[in-house]
Amino acid sequence: MVNSTQREAPLALTLSHLHHSYDTPSGSRPVLDDVSLDVEPGEFVALIGPSGCGKSTLLRLVAGLETPDAGTLLADGTPITEPHPSRIIMFQDPTLYPWRTVRGNISLGPDIHGEKNPEAVTAAIRLVGLEEFSRAWPHQLSGGMAQRVALARALINSPRLLILDEPLGKLDSLTRFAMQTELFRIWKSQGFTALMVTHDVEEALLLASRVLVFSPRPARILADIHVDWPEPRHRENPRLQELRAHILEQLETGISPLSLA
Amino acid sequence: MSNAQTMLGNSNALEGGAETTNTRFKPKQFWRQAAGPAWLLSALITWKWPDADDFPATNQLAAFLLATGLVLIALAAAGRLKDRAPWAFVLGLGLGVWELMQAKLLLLPRPFFGTPQDLLDVFLTDWKRLGNSLFHSLLLLAGGYLPGSILGIIIGVALGRSQHVRYWVRPVMRVIGPLPPVALLPLAFVVIPSARWAGEALMALAAGFPVAILTWSGVSAVDPAYYDVARTMGAKNRFLVLRVALPAATPQIFVGLFMGLGASFAMLVVAEMLGVKSGLGFYMQWAQGWAAYPNMYAALFVMSLMCTTLMTVLFKLRDHLLKWQKDGLKW
Repeated sequence: MVNSTQREAPLALTLSHLHHSYDTPSGSRPVLDDVSLDVEPGEFVALIGPSGCGKSTLLRLVAGLETPDAGTLLADGTPITEPHPSRIIMFQDPTLYPWRTVRGNISLGPDIHGEKNPEAVTAAIRLVGLEEFSRAWPHQLSGGMAQRVALARALINSPRLLILDEPLGKLDSLTRFAMQTELFRIWKSQGFTALMVTHDVEEALLLASRVLVFSPRPARILADIHVDWPEPRHRENPRLQELRAHILEQLETGISPLSLA
Repeated sequence: MSNAQTMLGNSNALEGGAETTNTRFKPKQFWRQAAGPAWLLSALITWKWPDADDFPATNQLAAFLLATGLVLIALAAAGRLKDRAPWAFVLGLGLGVWELMQAKLLLLPRPFFGTPQDLLDVFLTDWKRLGNSLFHSLLLLAGGYLPGSILGIIIGVALGRSQHVRYWVRPVMRVIGPLPPVALLPLAFVVIPSARWAGEALMALAAGFPVAILTWSGVSAVDPAYYDVARTMGAKNRFLVLRVALPAATPQIFVGLFMGLGASFAMLVVAEMLGVKSGLGFYMQWAQGWAAYPNMYAALFVMSLMCTTLMTVLFKLRDHLLKWQKDGLKW
């Protein structure tokens, strides 16, 4: 599963004319407005936009946890109607089950499908470097370790698409840097398609091959930027600063004083 | 006192008197060394001081106190008597005081207050009937509490997961639930042909209501993200209920199980006193009817032992199932 010889082919994603809204006490509130997007297999796409603009909703739709009001979502040409283990979502909170050990949490996917695969679980634990903590309870872990467990729990399913909803958002900056490197390394070695929401422009540029800038709610795509700079990527690279300035400019044009209110 | 002598003599042997001097008072040492002698002293009073009246089993009581005292001394010498030493000391001395006040000096009104040997005599002569009563109480309790709890968990999960079940079951729960099950006893004895079944049904109700409410509350409080995590990996409803909702709600379910057990105890005693012709409650009722107070006390003692043991078993089960929790109340 996790081991590279059995790697699954990455997923292609086609979203066209998505509309979605939520019911609130004060009426229907649109969150997505005609969003269309093509993601090539193996791409790492970062979604950037103001808070609450609907990026997370987009991820939930792609994961199949919710169905859109209008528009189509295709995974390799097949409509997405429900969650599937080939499309795994990872949240901002690790959401580990406190009643399962680290090992038990990571084997959640195999358990759901009634599989016993201790070697794969061990491989996943090793992949995120938590061999010594396999018998620990979640409350004994630090924030960074818990998020690494969540990552291993996602990866053991050999996802063809990994959906990341601000996975590093709550970590301290040192842990965050380390996890960025780790995430990039794992994406490189496993070769899945990745879709990540983040608020950190620098993080998007360090990890992604493509950055999408969203408008405030209801979300539209303002800019689609291909990140074309060589690896290994370093924070000090002047190209990063150029791209960063460009994206921040896009974000600011999207946020008019009116839409902030 | 001879206790002080033993204490000084043995503390030397145990601690080797490293830095502390023997003349200083050390409470831990004192409890450990004095627990056994306290029982011996009570045995001596029981044996040598003449009874104020013709009480049964005085010599057996003295023998029992003596044996306990010797065991405690042996335990202390082996270093096995630690946290419980103060309790052992106070209990031994307390039994001696009780013996002195009632069997030797008759300070409290009889027959409401018995003597220790009266109580011991009941256990020695009537243990068969007491044991039988205990067995029947346990049987009755199991027949009510276990099905009630299981049903309560099922209803609670259904309430937490299904809008339809909530719509239909909640009003029923609100009408019947807060009613003390005891109030339904007269009705139950009429409607249900067997007093035994009536008692069990009401015990099931007494246990089921708190278990259902707490399970419901636990299931409702489950972080929706827990379900999302499992669903995104392809989990179906069965997995979400049995492997996500249920374990996540376990701490709450146990609160319900404890409350239900307490309510079942109350229901058990009332059922046995009012209709069911067996069990400890019935035994107590019968003993009181014959003014056999020592028998009543003995039954009370056995009942208390039964209740505390069952509570302990439930706590152990909880500690085992909830070992993933950071901390929990210790029983």
